[in-house]
Amino acid sequence: MKRRLLIPALLALAALAGIAIAASRGSQDDAHDPATSASPQADARTLERGQYLAQAGNCIACHTRQGGASFAGGRGIETPFGVVYAPNITPDPKTGIGAWSAADFWRAMHQGRSKDGRLLYPAFPYPNFTQVTREDSDAIYLYLRSLPAVAQANREHALSFPYSTQAALAVWRALYFKPASFELDARKSVQWNRGRYLVQGLGHCASCHSSRNFLGGIESGTELSGGMIPGQNWYAPPLAVDAEFADLLKKGASRHGAVMGPMAEVVFRSTQHLSEQDLASIETFLADVPKPVPAASSSPKRDRALLGAGRKIYENRCASCHGNQGEGVPGAYPALADNRTVTSASPVNVVRAIVLGGMAPTTAGNPRPYGMPPFGAELNDAEIAAVSTFVRSAWGNDAPTVSAVEVLRAR
Amino acid sequence: MRRLAAALAVLVAQSCLAAPGNVDSMGQRMQACAACHGKDGRGDAEGYFPRIAGKPSGYLYNQLASFRDGRRHNATMEHLLAQTTDAYLREMADYFAALDAPHAPPPAQRASVSELERGRALVLRGDASRDVPACVECHGAALTGVQPGVPGLVGLPAGYVSAQLGAWRNGQRAANEPDCMGRIARQVSAQDIAAVAQWLAAQPLPADARPADASASPLLTHCGSMHK
Repeated sequence: MKRRLLIPALLALAALAGIAIAASRGSQDDAHDPATSASPQADARTLERGQYLAQAGNCIACHTRQGGASFAGGRGIETPFGVVYAPNITPDPKTGIGAWSAADFWRAMHQGRSKDGRLLYPAFPYPNFTQVTREDSDAIYLYLRSLPAVAQANREHALSFPYSTQAALAVWRALYFKPASFELDARKSVQWNRGRYLVQGLGHCASCHSSRNFLGGIESGTELSGGMIPGQNWYAPPLAVDAEFADLLKKGASRHGAVMGPMAEVVFRSTQHLSEQDLASIETFLADVPKPVPAASSSPKRDRALLGAGRKIYENRCASCHGNQGEGVPGAYPALADNRTVTSASPVNVVRAIVLGGMAPTTAGNPRPYGMPPFGAELNDAEIAAVSTFVRSAWGNDAPTVSAVEVLRAR
Repeated sequence: MRRLAAALAVLVAQSCLAAPGNVDSMGQRMQACAACHGKDGRGDAEGYFPRIAGKPSGYLYNQLASFRDGRRHNATMEHLLAQTTDAYLREMADYFAALDAPHAPPPAQRASVSELERGRALVLRGDASRDVPACVECHGAALTGVQPGVPGLVGLPAGYVSAQLGAWRNGQRAANEPDCMGRIARQVSAQDIAAVAQWLAAQPLPADARPADASASPLLTHCGSMHK
């Protein structure tokens, strides 16, 4: 309760200072930006590059509502502070970005400011996009300008006070955001640097695969180490490459499973379109990120009755596809033995897979994916806890027990 | 008995694993559907979930696309279909349209005689005073649907039919424009909907329960649900 009062108070106090900082920073940044460069040219090669980059940045996912016109906005992004509605970025002059210049677009990407100078909400991942080069920003801008204009008015964000204010944003930015250009690390290969640019900049992987504090900020040093996705009940695991990494990003499925939840959408709309070269670059960069330590069992003496119940459920409902030894069927049903999702420190994803079922995304590399039935209506929390605990401890897996309360929370 | 079942499950698993080639079928890919729609899409006449086996492919495709694109709402369907392409949805629709699983007999009747009569009148004759056409005008004389886009109405649980009409009435379900069923559902009352659903659910299926060939009904030709 104390914390609840403290946050708005702190925000209010810091607000004035924040505004001042942000305002002065804004003018300085303008001076530094190559904003007055000649208008970029929309030749076919640039448009194609812009499209590719827009895919790599997955702009379409947030800027398109379910079943709506592409890039015309309207999708609500759930955050702990309320819902942020992504705007129309088609070239419609009234409701889209038809009146924006390349410099306006760059300012949004690089500084997180709208054409009119308003501070943008970081649900638009400008803390990552700030590293996108001006050249790439221009190419994306030109690609967006080449799309059909869709007249669709933007929806007001539904944020609670004080988060709905520009002052709160100014404070947030003072704490967690600084415009920055991508700096090449000369000690590393070109490929490594390209991978870092894609992961930390345009691809904005860290915006989900990091843990956020109570203000929605990512503490430095925790990037890419995994975390619950704000506003969504999914766990984004630590990013580390393994032999199946490229398959997951390109096809959406690998020997040990398919991408689920928000990542299924990322693969569907974004990473399946990445070139082999860019995928290899991402792998090169992520190979340098420390590997996560598998969740070691905190309860070596697992409840035998629970395991027995879990085994029985597994044999009756799961084994016909996932196999008696959790070996799965290559290309169809994921192996559960030695499966990172199954043994993850957070049981959220494995529980949600059981509750919701799922279908891997349809991709060029996996055009006819397999689906898993949802068991959420058939099995109660205790049963799902039992079978989750069983698969997390069988066939060499050794991850902690899952409780019925954890299942209830993850549902 | 349970042991036997477990042993059988193991046998099935082993036979399935012995030849991984066996799993390369639409049936194996569509196991997610069986959890609610029953084996081979035969539905669950006693409960809520509709039969999907044998429905016109165009109708099934439109429904799958509607769940993906937000014209129909069901959390499970939306979750399963969020990242599917039109091509794969068409393959799913063709797969279930071609299945011919056995029909269950109609469940025991709970509706009153007067409610059933009210339902029968609306289904067979409609209500011209409210500009409500008879169901048979578009869904086929045998109410088993019409190719390529109109579903059969018999052999469905009453709860499902009334939920769909109610959803249309409340704007929770829509078809492609012009949304003919949306217009009709807004012309009828909740009691009408319950009566129609009860009467439909009480009907035994004709020997040939396949959808009729494409109809030239002028009522239908302009409906959005008829356009793929």
